[in-house]
Amino acid sequence: MPELSIDGLPHRFVPGTTVAAALMSSGDRCSRTSVSGQRRAPLCGMGICQECRVNIDGMRRLACQTLCRDGMQVETRP
Amino acid sequence: MTEHVDLLIIGAGPAGMAAALAAAPRGLNIAVLDDNPLPGGQIWRDGPQAQVPQQAREMRAQLQQLGNVRVHSGCKVIALAGPKRLLLEDAARGWVLSYDTLILCTGARERLLPFPGWTLPGVTGAGGLQALIKGGLPVANERIVIAGSGPLLLASSATAQKHGAQVVRIAEQAPLAAVAGFAAGLWRWPNKAIQAITLGSAVYRTSAHVLAALGRDRLEAVRVKVGDKVEELACERLACGFGLVPNVEIASALGCAVRDQAVVVDDWQASSVADHYAAGECTGFGGSELALVEGRIAGLAAIGARDEARKLWAERRRWQGFADRLNTAFRLDPALRTLAQPDTVVCRCEDVRHADLVEHGNWSHAKLATRCGMGACQGRICSTAAQTLFGWAPPQLRPPFSPARISTLACLDEGDVV
Repeated sequence: MPELSIDGLPHRFVPGTTVAAALMSSGDRCSRTSVSGQRRAPLCGMGICQECRVNIDGMRRLACQTLCRDGMQVETRP
Repeated sequence: MTEHVDLLIIGAGPAGMAAALAAAPRGLNIAVLDDNPLPGGQIWRDGPQAQVPQQAREMRAQLQQLGNVRVHSGCKVIALAGPKRLLLEDAARGWVLSYDTLILCTGARERLLPFPGWTLPGVTGAGGLQALIKGGLPVANERIVIAGSGPLLLASSATAQKHGAQVVRIAEQAPLAAVAGFAAGLWRWPNKAIQAITLGSAVYRTSAHVLAALGRDRLEAVRVKVGDKVEELACERLACGFGLVPNVEIASALGCAVRDQAVVVDDWQASSVADHYAAGECTGFGGSELALVEGRIAGLAAIGARDEARKLWAERRRWQGFADRLNTAFRLDPALRTLAQPDTVVCRCEDVRHADLVEHGNWSHAKLATRCGMGACQGRICSTAAQTLFGWAPPQLRPPFSPARISTLACLDEGDVV
């Protein structure tokens, strides 16, 4: 099974899984920290709300519109 | 570098795919843009836990076989770059695309309204949860409350249950009389009648809405008002959405007339701007069948095949009838405007609370004073909510329409951009 890393921890995924779905079943199941310090998780699931914006391999991406790839490095903390 | 196409279609959901397939036989050079990884839009979203209908698979296969149609998935419109020119970005590059004719098939999003606790992890949109499950989110053995309004609640519930979740409550804000009246008329649209069977679900309640999501670091329970009673339900997830809102931001930026939050179109699906058409949910919520026929009409009209397009008017009228009934039955209860409390965050990007917004008379004043709507979502969530809560007219979107890379914005300086 392919594997990506979420905040340094390995996470296995079924091919075709979105990064948002992976985030929501791993670690604290969150995607970002808000400007006032609240942890937040994917909300709209369809590329509108931006709550699932994460750093993927050094680029800011929307987790709900990005498919998991083997070896991907996903970071949810500032 | 500027690319040119004869016909550009924004959105690869049912309307966009139907438009491309209708227009393609003329041999025009066509591009279809879509911001998701795969074509299909929200209703035909594919994924490891999705079952895409046969019709969607066939249309997708047909599109792939056409040499004159190019589908750009994972691609967003960032800004206008002059007349009939758009700045685009995907994961790899930014570029300017020019077109002769445009069909907007930008779909709709969920109306997400603020209530206490809605920022807790574990709370999603109703369609949002369905999309995330299709995208591979495991929900087996989780207790889920589904709340809000419209047939999407039933669709989301069906998807969650199919993947092993226990749906403990479906809270529909519309009253029983409205929902029953809607369901009773469904015999006129036989394939829609199947959805109504679920209305008999033991956990379905009308005149019911969420009061608060409860929990410390994540959702632990939901407080729901059912008629005059209040119940508290322990659960792992709350999926809450109050119907759909057309995505009109790009149309509006292009100068297309928008009324009642929908792109205004004529019988040919033409907008108020010459050579700019619109089809599907961005012209008003109506479901995938209406989107398909509108897309076909737009595609045919865009290539001048008006006789063929006219033949589809009767079918469009039929599905429009369904849409009208739907929108009347699930009209929002004004009581929903009072769900948010003074300390409830309304703008999730900038963490602006209800109390900080309510004192301002309109969106512009509120934005200048509080930074609401100035975050990454550009107010798509909170300005839509503010319209429902305070009656404030939503703002015109300013570029960049989505967060973009500097290297993409630099494309605006290249070549002969106006």
